[in-house]
Amino acid sequence: MSGPSSPDRTTPSTRAATVAFDHVTKRYPGTRADNPGAVEDLSLEVPAGKICVLVGPSGCGKTTSLKMVNRLIEPTSGRILIDGADAARRDVTELRRSIGYVIQQVGLFPHQTVGENVATVPRLLGWPEARRRERSEELLGLVGLDPATYRDRYPAQLSGGERQRVGVARALAADPPVMLMDEPFGAVDPIVRERLQNEFLRLQADLAKTILFVTHDIDEAIKIGDLVAVMQVGGHLAQFGTPEEILANPASDFVARFVGADRGLKRLALARVESLELRPAITARPGDDAAAARSRILADPFEYLLLVDALDRPIGWLAERQVPTSGVLSEAMAASMSPILDRRTTLKDALAMLIDAEVQAGIVVDRRGVLRGLVTVDMIVERMRSPVAAATSAAGPPG
Amino acid sequence: MRPDQPLIDWAWIAEHLDDIGLRLVQHLGISALAVAIGLAIAMALALWARRSPGLRGPVTGVTGVLYTIPSLAMFAALVPFTGLTLLTAEIPLVVYTLLILFRNIMAGFDGVPAEVNEAADGMGYRSSERLRQIELPLAVPLIIAGVRLASVSTIGLVMIVSLLGRNFGGLGVLITEGIQTFFATKVYVGAALSVALAVAADLALVALERRATPWAQGVAIDIAQGPIRTPEWIP
Ligand SMILES: Nc1ncnc2c1ncn2[C@@H]1O[C@H](COP(=O)(O)OP(=O)(O)O)[C@@H](O)[C@H]1O
Ligand SMILES: [Mg+2]
Repeated sequence: MSGPSSPDRTTPSTRAATVAFDHVTKRYPGTRADNPGAVEDLSLEVPAGKICVLVGPSGCGKTTSLKMVNRLIEPTSGRILIDGADAARRDVTELRRSIGYVIQQVGLFPHQTVGENVATVPRLLGWPEARRRERSEELLGLVGLDPATYRDRYPAQLSGGERQRVGVARALAADPPVMLMDEPFGAVDPIVRERLQNEFLRLQADLAKTILFVTHDIDEAIKIGDLVAVMQVGGHLAQFGTPEEILANPASDFVARFVGADRGLKRLALARVESLELRPAITARPGDDAAAARSRILADPFEYLLLVDALDRPIGWLAERQVPTSGVLSEAMAASMSPILDRRTTLKDALAMLIDAEVQAGIVVDRRGVLRGLVTVDMIVERMRSPVAAATSAAGPPG
Repeated sequence: MRPDQPLIDWAWIAEHLDDIGLRLVQHLGISALAVAIGLAIAMALALWARRSPGLRGPVTGVTGVLYTIPSLAMFAALVPFTGLTLLTAEIPLVVYTLLILFRNIMAGFDGVPAEVNEAADGMGYRSSERLRQIELPLAVPLIIAGVRLASVSTIGLVMIVSLLGRNFGGLGVLITEGIQTFFATKVYVGAALSVALAVAADLALVALERRATPWAQGVAIDIAQGPIRTPEWIP
């Protein structure tokens, strides 16, 4: 499973750059006196190797912001800094060839084969033919398309999902430190989109590019982003932070409404069982003295005994009244079982499993099935309401 | 025509294959030259109009007006300046191709999907690179469609070049002579070969298009998720 908080995503690649917007404003020439900007005074900084998602309703200036990075649109004022260097001062052709660009409609070249499409930027950069071919096959493999099957096809012979993959491979061809992706998965059906998102995250775990990713879908933003910039019509940055921060502490009514009334549940999808302090279970083994076990549960508010085997692997629950007053415990006495969770289960899945099984607690085990502790519905609900643990950077001028 | 004469005198044809072949080659040469020069001029105009979109309307207007001038009138107007020469013949032929070729080349550029141009720009194609490597190859089907139309109409028009001179008149010379000498065979041979030439040129251009656009075979209507707009005057 790949998720937005996989720990291996934190190592920055040498081939990634920071991207910073420094008071960037774009106003299209307009006739209206109050002429609202497409982007107003945008300042934010994306650290090298991170995915920053620009999200917001249609027309809020996401695409405009993105296109100012590779200068398909020039800012009216302000600067965009890539690794500290002003993009406006770089040769525009050289700048664009060093930035991967993926758009929703993909824009594959219909008259070129898939292999030639992928090798576009290497060709523009003058790589020799053999190296181009090798690189394009490597990338097709990377995005999950068998080079032998797809290399010589034309774009018209691909499905929508395949086109998107080729588009991503083409953008990655010259190993650019920065990638711009404008609703790259917006035109495919939900099932394909989900698969492409997962593959994309897996790819990014290895590549660690600095990625600016545009979407209007808050769920996609939360899933994909290390950082999320919520934009508001008029080109204002409404909030900038981690998905967790935005869900936990929406900065305004607009953000709260945009992320949705179920933001508590969405937060649960971001957190995993490992982030909770597990509750210890009262355990006993078959063959243990029943009376002693009974007195231990009576001393605890949670009146259940968990029977485990010799290796501490859960067998089942005994309620207080099921524990005999004398004699020894046996495996056959275990009356019920709870959902088994592991450390990587998301809290959303954990809650769903508990509700589904109509129980209060789930049993957390490690990889060998050994008991680690319990997760209760109360613990999850409390976590859902808690303020965010560690606040990171908020919107502000870079530097 | 004399009533006792056979409709087609096969013996005459057999004896005059050299002469007929010469006229055929002449006809093809005059037509090909006109279309080639017309294509070069129309392409230059189209590239100019691509840079300055404001020129598109005026260029279409001027080439449209030129297209309406009757060919005999244009010959007559040119003879005082250029005499009874091949040049006098070629100028109107070239002029008549411009409207069709210019409009089709422009339609070819229009047919390049916006996202293809955007992707090319975003990846760092310079304008000239984009033109040569992306736009022109994608415009090929519509450009060839224009060349087909221009070729067929030029091959027809070359018939009247015989009015300017026998030496370079093409198949029209056979027809003119046939009428003057009441010899039907010459008229039929001239007319039939001119039609055959037009059909052959058209088929050759279709074959050329297929070879030049392997990517569009079977998917001509669906390049890059959107149809090329085929202008309504293309059959
Ligand atoms: N070329 C343009 N000329 C004038 N206005 C534009 C142009 N492109 C975008 N806009 C306007 O700028 C605003 C932001 O557009 P855009 O960045 O495309 O939004 P988003 O990608 O978030 O949907 C919109 O109000 C849009 O109408
Ligand atoms: Mg957009």
